[in-house]
Amino acid sequence: MKALPASEISNPNHRRVWKSVLKNWRLYVMLAPVILYFLVFHYWPMYGVQLAFKDFIATNGIFGSPWVGFKHFERFFDSYYFWRLIKNTLSIGLYELAVGFPIPIILALMINEVRHKFYKRLIQTVTYMPHFLSTVVLVGMIMIFLAPETGIVNQVIKLFGGEPIRFMTEPEWFKSIFVMSGVWQHMGWSSIIYLAALSGIDPQLHEAARVDGASRLQRIWHINIPGIMPTIVILLILKAGSILGVGFEKVFLMQNSLNMESSDVISTFVYRSGMLEAQYSFATAVDLFNSVINFILLVTVNFIARRAGGSSLW
Amino acid sequence: MVSDADAVTRQTRGDRVFEWMNYALLTIILLLILYPLLFVASASVSDPQAVNSGNMWLWPKDITFLGYEKIFQNKEILTGYLNTIMYTVLGTSINLVMTILAAFPLSRRDLAGRNAIMAMFVFTMFFSGGLIPSYMLVKNLGMLNTVWALVIPGAVSVWNIIIMRTFFQQSIPSEIHEAAAIDGSSDFHLLLKIILPLSMPILAVMTLFYSVGHWNSFFNALIYLTDRDRFPLQLILREILIQNQMEQMSESADALTDQILYAQTIKYAVIIVANLPVLMLYPFLQKYFTKGIMIGAIKG
Repeated sequence: MKALPASEISNPNHRRVWKSVLKNWRLYVMLAPVILYFLVFHYWPMYGVQLAFKDFIATNGIFGSPWVGFKHFERFFDSYYFWRLIKNTLSIGLYELAVGFPIPIILALMINEVRHKFYKRLIQTVTYMPHFLSTVVLVGMIMIFLAPETGIVNQVIKLFGGEPIRFMTEPEWFKSIFVMSGVWQHMGWSSIIYLAALSGIDPQLHEAARVDGASRLQRIWHINIPGIMPTIVILLILKAGSILGVGFEKVFLMQNSLNMESSDVISTFVYRSGMLEAQYSFATAVDLFNSVINFILLVTVNFIARRAGGSSLW
Repeated sequence: MVSDADAVTRQTRGDRVFEWMNYALLTIILLLILYPLLFVASASVSDPQAVNSGNMWLWPKDITFLGYEKIFQNKEILTGYLNTIMYTVLGTSINLVMTILAAFPLSRRDLAGRNAIMAMFVFTMFFSGGLIPSYMLVKNLGMLNTVWALVIPGAVSVWNIIIMRTFFQQSIPSEIHEAAAIDGSSDFHLLLKIILPLSMPILAVMTLFYSVGHWNSFFNALIYLTDRDRFPLQLILREILIQNQMEQMSESADALTDQILYAQTIKYAVIIVANLPVLMLYPFLQKYFTKGIMIGAIKG
């Protein structure tokens, strides 16, 4: 253990901290591997982000490569892809927020009104289940169900005399399929947190409202929704912070050369230019641009929420 | 809470309409979610001809287990399955150990610097170095094409640390720490002998979250593995379900039309087989879901 300078030893506050550190040394030993993990696998890559401002030369490594300033960022902003990527990433993110965020709240409010224990449990069991399907399986199922000839959706369309739709290869369908399948998969699971919040509402409030002659809708509106508002705000902040963070996996799996026009987003572009075309510096610059915007969004929304209503992440 | 009988007698007509609508809507949601799952299960054991022509729409028709037979003849699916089991067991074990090692010290209010350490962890939830620097790190560490690339970079989740730390703080009274200290037992002893046995529900939740994550993950394998013998199930599934690559699935003697038919059945069967472990564990683990999420919902 390092010796302390005399000035710190004489300071009683420092001495107390040191005494507690020494007393709990075993706890720091426990934490050591975890701290090491975060330093190596999270903070080291953050340091490696300087790649975005360099021209990567494999033999020199990240840190030995020459600095080039904002060259890669400028190239990205000037590229043909820039506005397409921004447009797709933003519109999928906003679409997901607008549809995927309120539905679990409504579902939770509805489930909360069910009084039959068995039916309640049945609904919860079934709606949580799709959450456990892997993205690969989900996209596989989407493709089976939406297949132009054999898919059940097109069979139904044909049954009613409609023309089969090539869902997966027509760009205008991409965003809706992406968002709606996400709702199908996760709405039950996302509702759990609101159900938990609803179960924490004081039953006396409902009792009092009932005595005053409030209907069930009125009680949902004036008691349940305000009761879960803090939870809603926190989750909304988290969601808003990741609008540009549209998940890579599902978009990547649903993407094909024909729907690219509306399915190409920043994360798939980073994968393509970085991993497939080995433009390491350029891809890192694009990725960094994305992370910084997301971080700014999160901080801004959090700031607004704190000013407006009191609940915030920090 | 008002008893059921009490509430029913006080219902107005508007409330009854609401009640009725609520049940109707929920039942529609229930069917919309259940139907695709049932359809896949039925299609996996039905005659492919019936499925493709739209004659099978809910219950299995002309039952056959051909799809499943084809799967078990396929070496790559079996290897992928075994690899995934291995990655899931190893990865989840590392996850659990790391989460406990982080959550226990951080749950102690007498730990100097705990807020700074927590802040250091939490910051990584909102900002990361991104794909390329992470890939280069794994490459430089010599982990490309090894098991370690799949289990070490995601060794612990900050969110789960928070959940477990909150659980430790709330369910284990701090008097226990003091009592243990007076008895002269160390923190390791306290953790192993007293705290972990009291934390079974949260450990079950963590095991569920982490193992489902490993079972379903494919992105790390996609970028870090090139050796087909090491591919997890999800990468093989991607080829079958999404890229329609199934050269080895049918014997060359089969007619082309047969192959196309089989390909469909195999897809349905493979979805069922891939999700079987989760589906089997589901009823046992379900009671822990809400608990886990609720603990996580509390800001600590």
